[in-house]
Amino acid sequence: MSSTLNLSPNIPNADDFYADLLAAHEGLSKDESDAFNARLLLILANHIGDRNVLADALDAAKAKD
Amino acid sequence: MTKIFETPLYPYVRHADQSAQPPVRRKVVIIGAGPIGLAAAIDLAQQGIEAVIVDDNDKVSFGSRAICFAKRPLEILDRLGCGDPMVDKGVVWNLGKVFFDERQVYDFNLLPEKGHKYPAFINLQQYYFEEYLVNRARELEQQGAPIEIRGGNKVIEMTPHADHVDLTIGTPDGPYQLQADWVIACDGAASPARQMLGLDFVGRVFEDNFLIADVIMDADFPTERWFWFDPPFNKGQSALLHKQPDGVWRIDLQLGWDINKEEEKKPENVIPRLKAMLGDDVQFELEWVSIYTFQCRRMEKFRHGRVLFAGDSAHQVSPFGARGANSGLQDTDNLCWKLKLVMEGKAPESLLDSYDDERIYGADENILNSSRSTDFITPKSEMSRLLRDAVLDLSEHYEFARPLVNSGRLSVPCTYDQSQLNSQDMLDGPARTRPGSPCPDAPVGDGYLLNQLGDAFTLLSIDAEAPDDFEVDGIKIKHLALSSADMESDALAARYLGMESGAVYLIRPDQHVAARHQQFDKDYFANAVRRAIGKSV
Repeated sequence: MSSTLNLSPNIPNADDFYADLLAAHEGLSKDESDAFNARLLLILANHIGDRNVLADALDAAKAKD
Repeated sequence: MTKIFETPLYPYVRHADQSAQPPVRRKVVIIGAGPIGLAAAIDLAQQGIEAVIVDDNDKVSFGSRAICFAKRPLEILDRLGCGDPMVDKGVVWNLGKVFFDERQVYDFNLLPEKGHKYPAFINLQQYYFEEYLVNRARELEQQGAPIEIRGGNKVIEMTPHADHVDLTIGTPDGPYQLQADWVIACDGAASPARQMLGLDFVGRVFEDNFLIADVIMDADFPTERWFWFDPPFNKGQSALLHKQPDGVWRIDLQLGWDINKEEEKKPENVIPRLKAMLGDDVQFELEWVSIYTFQCRRMEKFRHGRVLFAGDSAHQVSPFGARGANSGLQDTDNLCWKLKLVMEGKAPESLLDSYDDERIYGADENILNSSRSTDFITPKSEMSRLLRDAVLDLSEHYEFARPLVNSGRLSVPCTYDQSQLNSQDMLDGPARTRPGSPCPDAPVGDGYLLNQLGDAFTLLSIDAEAPDDFEVDGIKIKHLALSSADMESDALAARYLGMESGAVYLIRPDQHVAARHQQFDKDYFANAVRRAIGKSV
């Protein structure tokens, strides 16, 4: 059974996570940061695995308006 | 009409100490008559400890400055006898809205918990805040309490010794010498006292400027905190609108780093910025304009022998989250009872080192939160801005992103989890009242719990037995016996008992929990008192 994309708050101590994310980018050039983000999203996508969830995430990330 | 901040409230008057030879020795000299210095003096004086405030000025704060006061500091002020006038005058608010570009992305409600005497937050200009503290100090003075405010008294030299501090104080009549058993330096972020002792103040500078304008207007904006990221009227920057009493509105506009401060402060430059924000048809009058930059930093230690630093002199944060004055009031709340016990010889001097430990812990928490807010509000790299804008975009559509939006994490009191003064938790009670926690308020009879706790060590028993005459090493422990069945609301039981059928708490004079147990265990509580006053057990 496939699960659904969780769009409710799901990260405990979200401020700590966000600080870690910014820290990971510190000292990187824009190109290096972009490449970092690409690697990060592939790692996270693999962790999720579920194709339906990934399809919903691709849709949710599309620019609105 | 003359504004309160233009009126000398404690003008210079020559004091007998100025012609005394040899110099007079005072118990506690407090440098600075700002909110923190005044609170410290009131706290000490109402417990019978002589407190002399010296300040080179003679008026309350010019302009509104600190405007946001949180529940815990209001509770502290209530203990000091002046919480009610603050709340009566202040603007109570609960709602906040966040805008990104032209859109409102979300709103929040502080959802204040019921069963507390004081609201989550009030907005009140710092000049009123100081005026009410000065009024309270005058009231105590008239009742014969040992408190004095010496305006026009500027400390120009300070020499600490093992058992006292020598001060040279400049006045319009020339300098005089004064000695103090103890000095509390509450002389602000630029602290001359800190500089006189050659102590450093290390941290992070944020390269940004913010314009603050207090405007008087009859506008129908609601009583809410409105925060804009990248609004059309201040592209690429942020803005804040917040209501104060007397129809005064606080507006903060981020200006960036590379600006000419003197030019930006001129009304001909400020007014068009405000019109762009408020609309051309809103009539307003400028009360006060200032430009500020900020740093997040603290002293390595707040205690230097007989000189103790409190408030902005010891630690400085960005304004996002209202963690400046609010944390300073928690400093003096933490310090004054310890100083009193040490001065009375009832506690070892090392108790004052726990002021360092506990308030540095608090300062670090505040610095962390306010630095993160600042990083979010003023991103300093392209990627940091991209991530920030992605959070804001997503927050409009998806709930998960909203906790990441950081327009300031509002001040909450800190729990001294690691404090040496805590005893082992012997109650399977609620986490919020574990040792180290500030006592949450609760309705009790016709009043409230915190009023009954006051400023003495207290055994609080709820549905449990405890003695009325408990005394440890010369300290009398007050007993407050409550029965949850007598309460109209279940707040007391929910906050202090949880699933337990009864509990006994040892509460410190600053209303933090030192120890708790299912029942009164004499050895446990005797040791808990000793531990809480810095003795080794």
